[in-house]
Amino acid sequence: MGSFLQQLLNGVVLGSMYALIALGYTMVYGVLRLINFAHGDVYMFGAFMGYYLSRLSKGVQGESLLYALMIMLGAMALSAVLGILIERFAYRPGRGGAKYSMAFWLGILGAVLGRFAAPGIGSLVAGVAVGAVVGLIVEKYFVRTIPRASRLALLILAIGVSFLLENGGQLVFGADPKFFPQFISAQQMNVGDLSLNNQQITVFVVAVILMLLLNGVVNYTKTGKAMRAVSFNLDAAKLMGINTDRIIAATFAIGSALAAAGGILVSLNYPKIDPLMGIMPGLKAFVAAVLGGIGNIPGAMLGGFIIGIAEVMVVGYLESTYRDAIAFSILILILLLKPAGIMGKGLVEKV
Amino acid sequence: MRFRIWSCALIILFILVSFSCKKNGDDSVQQESKEILIGEYGSLTGTTATFGISTKNGIDMAVDEVNKTGGVLGKQLRVIVEDDQGKPEEAQTVVTKLVNKDRVVAVLGEVASSRSLAAAPVCQANRIPMITPSSTNPKVTQIGDFIFRVCFIDPFQGFVMAKFAAVSLKLQNVAILRDIKNDYSVGLADVFIENFTKMGGKIVADESYSEGDTDFSAQLTSIRSANPQAIFVPGYYTEVGLVARQARKLGIVIPLMGGDGWDSPKLWEIGGEALNDCYYSNHYSVDDPSPAIQKFVSDYKVRYNQVPDAIAALAYDAARILVNAFRTAGTTESTKVRDVIAQTRDFAGVTGKITIDESRNAVKPAVVLRVKNGKLEYVETVSP
Repeated sequence: MGSFLQQLLNGVVLGSMYALIALGYTMVYGVLRLINFAHGDVYMFGAFMGYYLSRLSKGVQGESLLYALMIMLGAMALSAVLGILIERFAYRPGRGGAKYSMAFWLGILGAVLGRFAAPGIGSLVAGVAVGAVVGLIVEKYFVRTIPRASRLALLILAIGVSFLLENGGQLVFGADPKFFPQFISAQQMNVGDLSLNNQQITVFVVAVILMLLLNGVVNYTKTGKAMRAVSFNLDAAKLMGINTDRIIAATFAIGSALAAAGGILVSLNYPKIDPLMGIMPGLKAFVAAVLGGIGNIPGAMLGGFIIGIAEVMVVGYLESTYRDAIAFSILILILLLKPAGIMGKGLVEKV
Repeated sequence: MRFRIWSCALIILFILVSFSCKKNGDDSVQQESKEILIGEYGSLTGTTATFGISTKNGIDMAVDEVNKTGGVLGKQLRVIVEDDQGKPEEAQTVVTKLVNKDRVVAVLGEVASSRSLAAAPVCQANRIPMITPSSTNPKVTQIGDFIFRVCFIDPFQGFVMAKFAAVSLKLQNVAILRDIKNDYSVGLADVFIENFTKMGGKIVADESYSEGDTDFSAQLTSIRSANPQAIFVPGYYTEVGLVARQARKLGIVIPLMGGDGWDSPKLWEIGGEALNDCYYSNHYSVDDPSPAIQKFVSDYKVRYNQVPDAIAALAYDAARILVNAFRTAGTTESTKVRDVIAQTRDFAGVTGKITIDESRNAVKPAVVLRVKNGKLEYVETVSP
C-alpha cells in the first residue's frame, strides 16, 4: 500500500511537469485555434537559457530562493522573446502579410551557409547580411501580398518551426547532454513510508499557481477579454478596435514564458538537458491538453496529472517499455470517446 | 505572379550555389603512398559523447607517439574520424564511408556494443580488420574473423560483479535495473543473475528502463518495496547518474553496482554525492602503481588536462595492437594484418596483459572500483 501511494505521488510529480507544458499549448490553442507544435522546443530553450544564465552568474550565487527566482524570470523573459519572434516571423506571415519576414529567414539561412563556407564570426555576419539584403529585395520587388494560409498550412508551419529549433539547438548548444545546475538543493522529507522533496513540491505548487494566474489573466483582465474576443472571432475583434496582432503576440509571449518556467522546474528534478529533450514531453503535454479539453486551462492541468499518473503506474506495475505507449493510447481513446476532452465544450477541429 | 515565384527561386538557388562552391577542392587529393589511413568511428556527440571523445583521445595519443618515432613501414599514420552521434544506423553509414570512400586499411571503434554490432558486418564484408576497444557484448566478435576486441566480454563483467557482491560484500538480496533497449546492459544483467544465484544469492526485483528516460521513480519505488541490499544498474553513465539521484530522493541508501558503462568523467557531475560508495567493474585503475600505467596517465594528463578513463586506455591499447600488427606483418594488407592480430599473446597494454583467444576476444583481468567524493578508489582485481 505504501508503495502504491508512493507511485501515486511520483505520478503527480511527473504529471505537474506535463501540466506546466500543457498550459502553454492550451492557451495558444484557445486564442488562435493553432496547435503550436514548437511549444515543446520552447520548453527546451527555456531550460538551456536557465543553464546559461546560471553559468554566467556563477560566483554571484548562493543557494537562495531569490537567485533561483531571478534565473527563472530571466529565462522566462528570453523565451518570451523567442515566442514573439516565432509569432512575428513564422505565424504572422501565415495570417497574411508581415514585413521583413523574408529578410529574417534568408538572414538565418545566410548565417548557416556562412558558417559552412568558412569558420569564424566574419563569414557568419557576411552570410546574415547577404541573406537579409536579398530577402529585402525579394520582398520589395517580387512579393507584394502573401495570401492568408489555411489552418493546415499553419499547422505544418508549426512543425517546421519545431524542427528548426531542435536542429538549430544542436548546432548552437551542441548535441551532447548537459547537466543542469542544482540552484535549489534537494531537501528530503519523509512522511511515513512516503518520500518527497522540496523540488518536487515546488514544481507542483508553481504549476498550480501558474494555472490560477493564467485563468485569472484570461478571465478577469482587459487583455484576457481581448484574447477571448480574438479567439471568438478574429475579424470582428479587429473591427472593434482590438490590436489583434499585439494580442496574439502577447499570447505567444505568455505561452513561451510558461514553457520556460516548466523547462527550468523540470530540469531541477531531472537534471539532464539536451536539444531534443522537448520532443517527448511536448507530445505528451499535447496529449494532456487534448485529454483535458484543449483550450481549457484547468482541463490542461487535469490532463497532465492523468497522463503522469498513468505513465508511472504502467512502468511501476507493468512494463517500462509501455511508458510512451500509454499516453498515445489515451489520446486515441479520448478522440474516439469524447473528442472534446474531459472538460472541453463543443467540437474539436481535426488536427 | 508565376514570374515572381520563379525569380525568387532562381535567386535563392544562386545564393546556395555561390556558397557551396567555395569549399570543395582540396579534400579529395589522396596521399596514399605516404600515409597509412586508419578509420575511426565513435559517438563524439549524443548521450554517450564522452565515450567517443575519450576513444579519440586515446587513439590520437598512440598514433602521435608512433608518428613521432618515424611511423610504421616508413609511412606516417593518419586517422580519419567519423561521428556516429551515438546511433547504430549512423555507425553503419559512416563505416561504409570509411571503408568504401576513404579506403582505410583498418577500422577502430566503437564503445557501445549496439553500434559495433551495426558497423562490424560492413568491415567483415569488405575484409577490413576492425578492433573495437571497448564493446563488451560477446556477439560483436562473432560477426566474423576480421572483428577483434581488446577488452573483456560481458559474461566476464557480470561474473566479476556477481562474485564481488556475493563473496566480497556478502550480499544475499540484490535488485536489477537494466536498460532494456541496450544489448550491453541486458547481457550484463543476465550473466549477473545467472552467477549470483549460482553463488547462493537471490534476485528480489528485476526492473527496466530505456536509454534517454529521465524519470525512474516508478521502477525505484518497486525496487524499494522489495528491500534489496544493493541494486545492479548495468547502464551508461547519464542514466546511472540520474538513477542514483532519484534513488536517494526516494530514501534508498543501499549501494548501486554496475559495469564499465559507468566509466566517464561526467558520471560524478550528473550523479554527485548520490553515487558515494557505489561500485563498478572496470578495465584498469588510474591508481595502479605499475610504471607503464603511470606513464600513460601522466602523458594523457599533460596532453588533455584530465585523467584518462578506461575507455581512453583501451583505445590507446587498441591502436597500439593495430600498429604492432602492421609492424609484425610488414604490410598493411588486410588478411595478413588480421592473422597477426589473431596471434597476439601477452601484449603489454595499459589495461593489462592482452591475449587474443580463438574467438578474437581479449582474455585479461578486471578491477572493481568504488566511487567516493568524485574520486575512484581501487577495491580489488578479479582474474578470469
